[in-house]
Amino acid sequence: MSLLEALPIGLLGSLLGLDVVSFPQAMVSRPLVAATLAGAFVGNPPAGLVIGVVLEMIALDTLPFGASRYPEWGSAGVVGGSLFAAQPPNAPGALPACLLATLLTASISGWSMVVLRRLIASRLERTRDRLESGSREALFSLHLSGMSLDLLRGGLVTMTAMLIFSPLVKAIVAVWGSESAASHAVVVVIAAIVAGAALWKIFHSLQRVLWFALAGVLIWAVLLVTR
Amino acid sequence: MTTTASGTFDLPIRVKVAMYFRLLALQGSWNYETLNGTGVGFAMEPALRLLPGGLSGRAYREALARESRYFNTHPYLAGVAVGALARAELDGVDPERIERFRTALAGPLGSVGDRLVWASWLPFCSLVAIGIYGAGGSALAVVGTFLLLYNAGHFLLRAWGLRIGLSRGLNVASALGNPVLRQGPLYIGYAAALIGGLALPLALQRITGPGRVLVGGIIAAAVVGMLLLAFLREQAEGWRIALGVLAVFVLYSVLT
Repeated sequence: MSLLEALPIGLLGSLLGLDVVSFPQAMVSRPLVAATLAGAFVGNPPAGLVIGVVLEMIALDTLPFGASRYPEWGSAGVVGGSLFAAQPPNAPGALPACLLATLLTASISGWSMVVLRRLIASRLERTRDRLESGSREALFSLHLSGMSLDLLRGGLVTMTAMLIFSPLVKAIVAVWGSESAASHAVVVVIAAIVAGAALWKIFHSLQRVLWFALAGVLIWAVLLVTR
Repeated sequence: MTTTASGTFDLPIRVKVAMYFRLLALQGSWNYETLNGTGVGFAMEPALRLLPGGLSGRAYREALARESRYFNTHPYLAGVAVGALARAELDGVDPERIERFRTALAGPLGSVGDRLVWASWLPFCSLVAIGIYGAGGSALAVVGTFLLLYNAGHFLLRAWGLRIGLSRGLNVASALGNPVLRQGPLYIGYAAALIGGLALPLALQRITGPGRVLVGGIIAAAVVGMLLLAFLREQAEGWRIALGVLAVFVLYSVLT
């Protein structure tokens, strides 16, 4: 992938990376949305949706509570959706390889958010006197530069990840040794385990919640048998 | 501005609209020193221009400095604080009382917002979307439903917060007793559990493709893994384990 090819995907990554925290937190940065949009960008929305659903299950484990550190799924979702949508249909190793690239991107992108927050804090320290004197210009400059840097951060992460992982995923898919069904099954089991455990972590304190989950599973079983 | 003949507080509509849109960018300068404090100042600024002396007045500068200090709350419910604090500033409340109120309000708003939004509404909407995918929904149906459903709650909550904050001022604490905020997480949690029980196997089935034996095997393996991971929930982050296991699997599949 050339820099010119990565540029539009980088722009999408920067916009969706901005949504994670800075503006407007409308959850267009959720991997389900980001990966599908990226898939559509590459011309294959159904592929983007597949990896988006898998990522969404894994992302249930990392909800953005307060000042906690978490992976950044907006830019990473764009990387995952673009990579997977560009692979040949039914290539056995495509889903695991793209998922691995996406998780690595999410992790690095999460770290880049920490760096950005420290950068804003150091800028704040330098303008503290002006802020303490009620300078509107200082406040606006800090705020708008923070958002601009976040936009830039998302774009850089997305483009860098695309330039690194695009040839790497292609190479992995070319030499993949496991069967297609097994490869998909491993990915699906991993996503299901993380999602199930995440839901238990979130909702276990609610009384009788397990019964509701089991009722859902029962409905699924009935559908499975009767269809 | 401010207090009408009937004694109720109101702001020009353009000021309220400006505050609402700025609330969407509340975390633009989020940092480890002031957290979303500078964002609160940024969102409140249009209202502070109405203080005596306007933009160049001392009251404006002092209020802007005060409101841009450390503050930590949930971004969607920050409108409650922004509205209430803006009203307190415009009503000329003693700065020390405003500081105390600021300190007291942040924690409860953060806690209520985290429970209602991050730990209930967001996973619920995700699971609904995953369920629609599992039921055979198209990309547009899945993404469209998620965005419409989630943001109906999101944008309404922000608007409600700003409105209640502006209307109640320092008496806003009672608004946190709203049944949606108190009972919402409970009922949304039950609905999410029910939908999760249905949606996850449906989605797994669609990704895996036809074959009941394979789906059965996947679900059995997933249940064992879930129990193990749920048991380790304080010691392990699921996504990190997923990353490690996936890396080993990819390496194995490339080398064999």
